[in-house]
Amino acid sequence: MFAKDWRFRLAIGAIVMLIGIVAPWIVTSYALTLLTRFLDLAILALGITLIWGEGGVLSLGQGVFFGLGGYALALNLKLAGLTPGNLPDFMIWSGVSTLPGFWEPFRSPIIAVLGVFFIPGLFAAGFSWLVFRRRVGGVYFALITQALALAFSTLLISQQAYTGGFNGLTNFSTLFGIDVTTNSFGTKLYYTSLMCTVLAYLGLRRLLTSRFGVVLRATRAGENRVRFLGYDPTPYKVVAFSVAAMLAGLSGALFTLAAGVISPALVGVVPSIEMVVWVAVGGRTSLWGAIAGTLLVNFAKDQISSALPSLWLYALGLLFILVVSFLPNGIAGIFSTEVLGSYHHRLRVLKAMDAE
Amino acid sequence: MSETAFLLGQVFNGFSVASLFVLAALGLALSFGLMRVINMAHGEMLMLGGYLAYLTLHVVPGPLGIIVAMPVAFIGAGIIGGLLEWSVIHRLSSRPLDTLLATWGVSLILQQAARNVFGAIGVEVVAPDWLNHTVSISGGPLVGLNLPATRIFILLIAGVVLGGIALLLKKTRLGLFVRAVNQDRPIASAMGIDSRRIDLVVFALGTGIAGIAGVVLALLGPITPTVGQSYIVPAFLVVILGGLGSLTGTTVASLIIGFISAFAQIFLDVSVAQVVLLVFVILFIQVRPQGVIAVRSRALEE
Repeated sequence: MFAKDWRFRLAIGAIVMLIGIVAPWIVTSYALTLLTRFLDLAILALGITLIWGEGGVLSLGQGVFFGLGGYALALNLKLAGLTPGNLPDFMIWSGVSTLPGFWEPFRSPIIAVLGVFFIPGLFAAGFSWLVFRRRVGGVYFALITQALALAFSTLLISQQAYTGGFNGLTNFSTLFGIDVTTNSFGTKLYYTSLMCTVLAYLGLRRLLTSRFGVVLRATRAGENRVRFLGYDPTPYKVVAFSVAAMLAGLSGALFTLAAGVISPALVGVVPSIEMVVWVAVGGRTSLWGAIAGTLLVNFAKDQISSALPSLWLYALGLLFILVVSFLPNGIAGIFSTEVLGSYHHRLRVLKAMDAE
Repeated sequence: MSETAFLLGQVFNGFSVASLFVLAALGLALSFGLMRVINMAHGEMLMLGGYLAYLTLHVVPGPLGIIVAMPVAFIGAGIIGGLLEWSVIHRLSSRPLDTLLATWGVSLILQQAARNVFGAIGVEVVAPDWLNHTVSISGGPLVGLNLPATRIFILLIAGVVLGGIALLLKKTRLGLFVRAVNQDRPIASAMGIDSRRIDLVVFALGTGIAGIAGVVLALLGPITPTVGQSYIVPAFLVVILGGLGSLTGTTVASLIIGFISAFAQIFLDVSVAQVVLLVFVILFIQVRPQGVIAVRSRALEE
């Protein structure tokens, strides 16, 4: 029974991987760019599964970490495209004459790539430690992270001369000396995104079956009981939150490359909460659900908002209400092992009756 | 303008910002104390109040229109809030994070509906003549101090609403029930209080107050579909600072947040002031994670 289930899952996984690998030959190039972007977003969604689904901590500020990762890479991309001694165009328009100090380290692509992971990771660790150590969580944490998303995006917009303001950073040309505008780069980026998504998926699977995952899940179920058993839940939550933030940073960096732009409109309050709905639709405790939910919601968004722009917000609003009220385990809940289990169970009972 | 006058002007400004935050956060804090849920569509109740003020002034023009708009907005937003509680929030009781997400969905729908009905560009409500002037002090040590009448009016409204709610909670039978459910829901139910109905009434009352706040907002600037969003995040911070379901806590927290915003904006730009506010809240919970007024209890919050 169990082995059969295991083989079944492996087969599904192999088929999905195969489709993923041959996708560049079977879909249009426009669909491939969308798929690349949405796979990048799925990495962030996997992180939300870790903190929200498994840790029970709702963050409405994942856009901040997405943005930190995206901007870290975008600073490098912007600088790499300049002839030496020049400044990015928006700085010249704003009357800035020397490159601001915080831009300097990002001249090195290696520092930028490290920054993609460690700027969001360290910031998330410090921030969440300050909040969790005082046992502030639940609704409070969600509201504080929302305030963080608001502060981050307004700061980006108002510091126009240093961040590119409302328009963000765009017009990228090279990364590590590779031209990022060609078609072949698009295909390479697609495979990189696919690989990163798969690695994030496998890594989190591994993490969640470890002792760490067990304590994290126990914290969600009853934080005080975990304390009574002698564990301090704070470091577990801080680590989970930081890992999710690093995934969000990677997601932001890949997305910036795929979309060719990073701007405050992608990282503020509304996008941050939209990220949660991808996971809610997919099923908050399911890793594959997070990927499926992200792809599904984003393709639907692309379709609906190009046909009827004002309809999308109604659809998104309804999606929030309906999924949360009637389908708390999302798409994955429909296929959950419990349902399958009871189906197999019924099948066995039926077969036993047949044999009689 | 003298130093003292400038300083007093800013103090007055702080009070005036704080009174807006009180009106915006009071309903949130009341239902949060009672049900432990946050209504993310609360900002849209402000918006609704603003649009109701705009419509009322079309029906009742003249100096008293704004006075008529208050009860209209209170009842209108209260009814919508009641419907929201009954249809969405009640279903999700005991799942506070899911309530957050579902009410965010409601907020998106209400914003888009407002955009479709009234357009994306804001509508203006013109303050009546009796509010359209400035109280200036022209003599003595406070020379140069200017107090806009609308701001004084807002302070008054906030005072009246706060006083009214305090009386309601302390002196009436309904208030007794609310306090009882607040203290211990199962015991209150066992005593025959219909806690379900108390939830509904308090929620509708809270959104009604947000409706009044919306009328007040309409006096300060145009009402747009997203007007609630700019006030709701500080209101959430007020709830965090205020502590669970305490009227005094909410008021003190509104004053703190109001003063920090007002004073930070003298020296810094608005976006940096927002960062300062957030940093303050995070530092504050290091010292008092339960908020300004902590309700003492032997129970362990889960």
